[in-house]
Amino acid sequence: MATVSMSVNGKLVSRDIDPRTLLVDFLREHLRLTGTHVGCDTTQCGCCTVHVDGKAMKSCTLLAIGLEGAQITTIEGLAKGQELHPMQAAFREHHGLQCGFCTPGMIMAAVDMVNRKGNHLDDQTIREELEGNICRCTGYHNIVKAIHSGAEAMGAAK
Amino acid sequence: MSGTGIGARVQRKEDFRFLTGKGNYTDDVNRYGQTHAAFLRSPHAHAEILSIDAAAALAMPGVVAIFTGDDLAADKIGGLICGWMIHSKDGEPMKAGAHPALAQGKVRYVGDHVAVVIAETLSQARDALEKILVDYKVLPATVATSDALKPGAPVVHDVAPDNAVYRWALGNEAETEAAFAKAAHVTRMDIVNNRLIPNPMEPRAAVGDYDSGNDAFTLYTTSQNPHVARLVLSAFIGIAPEHKLRVIAPDVGGGFGSKIFIYAEETVCVWAAKKVGRPVKWTSDRTEAFLADAHGRDHVTHAELALDAAGKILGLRVHTTANLGAYLSTFSSSVPTYLYAPLLSGQYDIPAIYCEVDGVYTNTAPVDAYRGAGRPEATFVIERIVEVAARELGKDPAAFRRQNFVTSFPHQTPVIMCYDAGDYGAALDKALSMADYAGIGARKAESARKGMLRGIGLSAYIEACGIAPSAAVGSLGAGVGLWESAEVRVNPIGTVEILTGSHSHGQGHETTFAQLVSERLGISIDNVSIVHGDTDKVQMGMGTYGSRSGAVGMSAIVKALDKIEAKAKKVAGFVLEASADDIDFKDGKFTVRGTDKEIDFASVALQAYIAHKFNGQELEPGLKESAFWDPTNFTFPAGVHICEVEIDPATGVTRIERWTAVDDFGNVINPMIVEGQVHGGIAQGVGQALLEGAVYDATGQLVTASYMDYAMPRAGDLPSYQIGMTQTVCPSNPLGIKGCGEAGAIAAPPAVINAITDALGHEDIAMPATPLAVWRAIQKHQPRAAAE
Amino acid sequence: MYPFTYHRPDSVSAAAKLAGDAEAKVMAGGMTLLPTMKQRLASPGAIVDLNGVSGLSGVTVAGGKVTIGAMTRHADVHTSAELRKAIPALADLAGWIGDPMVRHRGTIGGSVANNDPAADYPAACMALGATIVTDRREIAAEDFFTGLFDTALEQGELITKIVFPVPQKAAYQKFRNPASRYAIVGVFVAQTSAGVRVAVTGAGESGVFRVKSFEDALSKDFSAKAIEAIKLPTDGLNSDIHADAVYRAHLINVMARRAVDAAK
Repeated sequence: MATVSMSVNGKLVSRDIDPRTLLVDFLREHLRLTGTHVGCDTTQCGCCTVHVDGKAMKSCTLLAIGLEGAQITTIEGLAKGQELHPMQAAFREHHGLQCGFCTPGMIMAAVDMVNRKGNHLDDQTIREELEGNICRCTGYHNIVKAIHSGAEAMGAAK
Repeated sequence: MSGTGIGARVQRKEDFRFLTGKGNYTDDVNRYGQTHAAFLRSPHAHAEILSIDAAAALAMPGVVAIFTGDDLAADKIGGLICGWMIHSKDGEPMKAGAHPALAQGKVRYVGDHVAVVIAETLSQARDALEKILVDYKVLPATVATSDALKPGAPVVHDVAPDNAVYRWALGNEAETEAAFAKAAHVTRMDIVNNRLIPNPMEPRAAVGDYDSGNDAFTLYTTSQNPHVARLVLSAFIGIAPEHKLRVIAPDVGGGFGSKIFIYAEETVCVWAAKKVGRPVKWTSDRTEAFLADAHGRDHVTHAELALDAAGKILGLRVHTTANLGAYLSTFSSSVPTYLYAPLLSGQYDIPAIYCEVDGVYTNTAPVDAYRGAGRPEATFVIERIVEVAARELGKDPAAFRRQNFVTSFPHQTPVIMCYDAGDYGAALDKALSMADYAGIGARKAESARKGMLRGIGLSAYIEACGIAPSAAVGSLGAGVGLWESAEVRVNPIGTVEILTGSHSHGQGHETTFAQLVSERLGISIDNVSIVHGDTDKVQMGMGTYGSRSGAVGMSAIVKALDKIEAKAKKVAGFVLEASADDIDFKDGKFTVRGTDKEIDFASVALQAYIAHKFNGQELEPGLKESAFWDPTNFTFPAGVHICEVEIDPATGVTRIERWTAVDDFGNVINPMIVEGQVHGGIAQGVGQALLEGAVYDATGQLVTASYMDYAMPRAGDLPSYQIGMTQTVCPSNPLGIKGCGEAGAIAAPPAVINAITDALGHEDIAMPATPLAVWRAIQKHQPRAAAE
Repeated sequence: MYPFTYHRPDSVSAAAKLAGDAEAKVMAGGMTLLPTMKQRLASPGAIVDLNGVSGLSGVTVAGGKVTIGAMTRHADVHTSAELRKAIPALADLAGWIGDPMVRHRGTIGGSVANNDPAADYPAACMALGATIVTDRREIAAEDFFTGLFDTALEQGELITKIVFPVPQKAAYQKFRNPASRYAIVGVFVAQTSAGVRVAVTGAGESGVFRVKSFEDALSKDFSAKAIEAIKLPTDGLNSDIHADAVYRAHLINVMARRAVDAAK
């Protein structure tokens, strides 16, 4: 066991963990932040996407022990109470989710996409940038629309 | 239409929790004192288990217990069942081999369940798995569908010495022979419908819990139909009587059929919870999901279409070998029989049809319903063969289809189904126009100028949904009725809870069902909540699959709402001092005809509960009604999808340039949600056509056991879709709904392959049409033209 | 995952010392190592995490050479403005690796040290004639990639940076596996003052390799036409469900021609 401390959604947390603990298990099992999901074993589906020091990463492929001092944002850290983040609101408005399982990872990836690529995203860029997020329900059509619109809304909200 | 009533594009009520990470999926459930289960799975496709030595594993840190098939047998826990009896042509019942939750003496596919380790942590359970010593005698395996019936093929179950589960047939053989005898042209095809692995993004999971004080079990599980799970676990497997077994399916992250079935893992978790006296949790990893979730499709078919000199279809003859895997999963037997052959008439007036289906065992994962279940396989056969027939006859495929469309309703097909309503020509016209079918020649020329191959493909699909009239399916061998139930609970302040046996795992029932209630009772959808997925709360239900929640589940709600309205009118009558017969109910208000007396719905609810204005012996207090709806017919959604592709002959890469979908779903509750269902269905159908295919090697090892080898459709693989609708109202249910959940997956595969074969100029391509397959198809038939 | 001891050294020398233990495995981004460990396909007794070592990241361009620190993330290689000016093909290549999340974490040093036969960087190293600099020596790419998941690195030897000579023109074309999105065939073509170099990843049974026949033809005439008729032998090429050797041999030619056309 070893101790790790990091900031999760703005709150400093410190836990004794087995070095084997993946960030996703740290979030789900130690912090009970179960919005971050696990959908595969091969770092492909993106259901576990969170932000580490402001960048989207796959929490199933990070050792928590290696993130001493990191700033983590999970899906639970996006909304302000009842007020959804513009990207969350866009997913709702455009029906960019069905079963909801890939959705947290999609949204975290989408926000990161906007951070990197700006507020005016064309469909092709969005589709290419979703390389690391698999959805089985929506056929992506409405996810693409949601990200396009959410990106614009994030710009307007600045 | 009110702002949130039927037909409105209402944003989903359930979204807030999913968007904010507050969903509650089975893997999010943790019970106090919980242990973790890990399953030892067979590394062999076929082997005798000579011995299992768990002593070293039991001594590993944290191990609580290890169980094998012997322990289940000692507790008289029954095997997993198949709930649909199919009889062969000769009248023999299907040959159902025993399906123990943990293997007894033999393993029959890679991933089959050998033992379970229950430990304090998942890591400890997995560490211990590796210490269990199993002595196997490896046996030769039957793997390929087309090998199963060959003489000398290794036998999967002794009860089926030729590996045939059944040899079944539907239709009229003699009339079909006669149709072929007088045909001017016969189109013949060999068709493989590739095996798919469902892959909902949430892997299956189960938490079993046992309350020794009440001798009662609770199972949290990823189920599309918790009541059916309870019924099977109780009545057949023998975990506990139904009143001592609660099954909860909380938020479920997609199912597509794969979460209908009752599997070994949840059976073992709930049983073991009592054995170890602590809750037992199991969550599938993705590799386990590939190995042991029920797969879909896997047909090998020969089809023949008889035509007269004018191009009118005279008859259809089909022989299919359907791979059912190593064991008969819960509804597997019905999928390639009654969910398949009755759809072979497609949208066409075909006087004679005869279909034979041999269901076979192989040493592969069980195969059962996957989005569309039988209907995509049927649609692929009919939509490929009519396309090829049109091409052989030199006719325009759209015109050829139109020439053969069913045009008057009701229409009795030769294969059970009676189509009740439709306008197939209208959907075709609209789709052709939206897809600019007329302009394809110019677009093909433009592609050719770039050295690319362009093709266009149609699919005029029909499906039978709204599953299903109970007496009808009972006569065909179903072990259950396929009605749905609903309970409407009006609270004293006028808010409403709807308890439904349907289960939402992405379909948005919390919204669409509330829209129905809002429309009927004139109350805000915010005052309606939908309760589902818990056998202790909901009276009974058959769950969600087969595009049935709207047509069947909502019809049950309508029936219960009718009763609510009738009772509420009586209450209003007492309050307003009028006869219930003189009361009208509209927009949430009860009025006395011909007067200005009125009372709103919430006030009537309160009056019903305080019961001050009427005599409790004359009229029962309260406002709560329940209903069961048993459909009178299947529903028949239909439509036309058009796919346009461009192929790079240098690499074999196919890109979908346009997708047009025109569907007739009857009345629609929420177009936004319906369109979303179509999008997702198309993506799965395109996945089948271009990307996905389960591959076993000759020894029965699953080659495609992760996303490294099984290609899931990603955003970049798919286009945006143009969606259109036509509408003929379904006459067999009160809302006129046909259902929409499976349409895309049914329509899409033949549209893609018809487009690719149009581009290639020949029919020699199988699904999935990967770049390798397309490139080879180009090399084989026109090697010179393909060189870049 | 099997249990392991976790180390997070803060210097290259300390890391090298810890990594000298035969049981230890060095972790850079962990994008390959951790999935392998999760599936219990690797069981290192110790993990030496390089993320605490400073000074191993960054892209610098000077004297006709691009130097990329071993711990530079794929995303930073992809977006480096300096690199995009000097060797745009290399910046493009980094953008083809994995997905945006993987690119935020995965590193060039980790990828090169792992020498996955379907990884992208080895093709760039070979085609550009890169030098792999370690904590103890400099190794030419030609000598570095010694076989499937095999390199010239000794136990405990750490890559600190990779130096790429700036070519006249270069391009990378990748044909992705539809499932894994690794290269089925990736071809890096570089035109340098010493001639043309063509390296192929994803296709070879023993990992990255150069295509002499293409190089000779392109050195004489740097045009797609120059190699169009050259048929590659299928010996030594991978066959799997996504691509057999014949298809791979064909794709190498197609991708090489496209790279020549795209070279800048």
